[in-house]
Amino acid sequence: MVADTAKVVVDSVKEASNGAGWIMHHILDSHEVSLEPFGVIHLPQIHLFGIDISITKHIVFAWIAFVVLVPILIYVAKAYKKSLVPKGFANFVEVLIVFVRDDIAKQAIGENYRKYVPYLLTVFFFILTCNLLGLVPYGNTATSNINITATLATFSFIIIQAGGMKKYGIFGYFKAMLPHGIPSVLLPVLFIVEFLGLFTKPFALAVRLFANMIAGHTVIFSLIGLIFIFHSYFIAPVSVGFALFIELLEILVAFIQAYIFTVLTALFIGMAMHLEH
Amino acid sequence: MLLLNNLAILAFSGAEGGSPLEINPGVIIWTTVTFLILLWVLKKTAWKPIVDALDQREESIKNSLEQAEIARQEAEKLIAENQANLAKAEAEAQQIIAQSREYAENLKNQIIQESKEEARKMIDDAEAEIQRRQKEAFAKLKSEVADIAVEAAEKIIKANLDKEKQIELVNKHIDEISKN
Repeated sequence: MVADTAKVVVDSVKEASNGAGWIMHHILDSHEVSLEPFGVIHLPQIHLFGIDISITKHIVFAWIAFVVLVPILIYVAKAYKKSLVPKGFANFVEVLIVFVRDDIAKQAIGENYRKYVPYLLTVFFFILTCNLLGLVPYGNTATSNINITATLATFSFIIIQAGGMKKYGIFGYFKAMLPHGIPSVLLPVLFIVEFLGLFTKPFALAVRLFANMIAGHTVIFSLIGLIFIFHSYFIAPVSVGFALFIELLEILVAFIQAYIFTVLTALFIGMAMHLEH
Repeated sequence: MLLLNNLAILAFSGAEGGSPLEINPGVIIWTTVTFLILLWVLKKTAWKPIVDALDQREESIKNSLEQAEIARQEAEKLIAENQANLAKAEAEAQQIIAQSREYAENLKNQIIQESKEEARKMIDDAEAEIQRRQKEAFAKLKSEVADIAVEAAEKIIKANLDKEKQIELVNKHIDEISKN
């Protein structure tokens, strides 16, 4: 009896490991775009100066986001030529743009926010599109790749530091980071803390986005995987129901994460520009 | 529970090699390139025209509101002006009416005065005329009486005259005159 139970557990784990492989296959980056059952597109492998710059699945989906985003936004921009008050889809996009401009950039950065609006808008719409692309059939989430989120966070990091240094000057920027009236003995320690703080902010940005996007998909795939692990059709409605719920949640998360990345970038820019404690 | 644990552990140990935390310089390079181009393209083709259009729209809304406010103030000013003008006109009309009334009153008084004077003058004239006529008549009567007296004297003298006859004659004559 006990042996039987143990066997079942071992089998389950084995199945689970197969399941996990299948999940990881979908979530991890790879050199092929799977279009099962129609086939698999193998992506070219490119090596330049000893660096592997092969096109990967996530890069393809970042490009798809690019290809989706540019015509849509050009269409929206054209809508303003006809009338200053566009209708329908353009109006929906306008809501997002005005939200990013007024409620994120203006609120967090204050004066001189206009210069940062194009970057914030691009980051917001790129992340949003990447997130949503992961939710369509055959889709994949480019933002569930730490390399991509880290690159975006690096851009934010550069913009944040550039904003602060432009305001205070390079030396003045580091000086302004330190609070006033602190014993000079503590200054080196505080400087190290503040300096590290500069890097933890974008690091948190990168990890937060990546972890959120990978987690949702892992949960969805795991729920679907339960059907195959239990070898039972009866589990299917439960799994599909939960997966559907998570999928709907993911739509919300897609917007929320795009918003969080953008609003935190804007906040950090604002903080770097207003260092007086 | 065990199952889920296994899933979680296996999921992140990576069954086919590779982990989600694997650093891939190629992906970083391509993301950088893609994102920079996206930023540049969108800035040129989308953000600039859209944000400009939004600014323009906000500007026009602001201007419209300001103009509406100015128009409202002007309208209020006009209404106030009209009311002031109306009040002024009313006062002027009242003044004109009062003046006219006064003028009419004066005219009336003057006319009455003149009429009275005229009447008095006419009465005076009439009285003077009457007196003149009276005087005239009196004078005429006087001369006639004298004539008659002379005539009577003549007749008395003519009738050779005793005293009695004379008195009788005079009385008779006087009677005649009184009868006349």
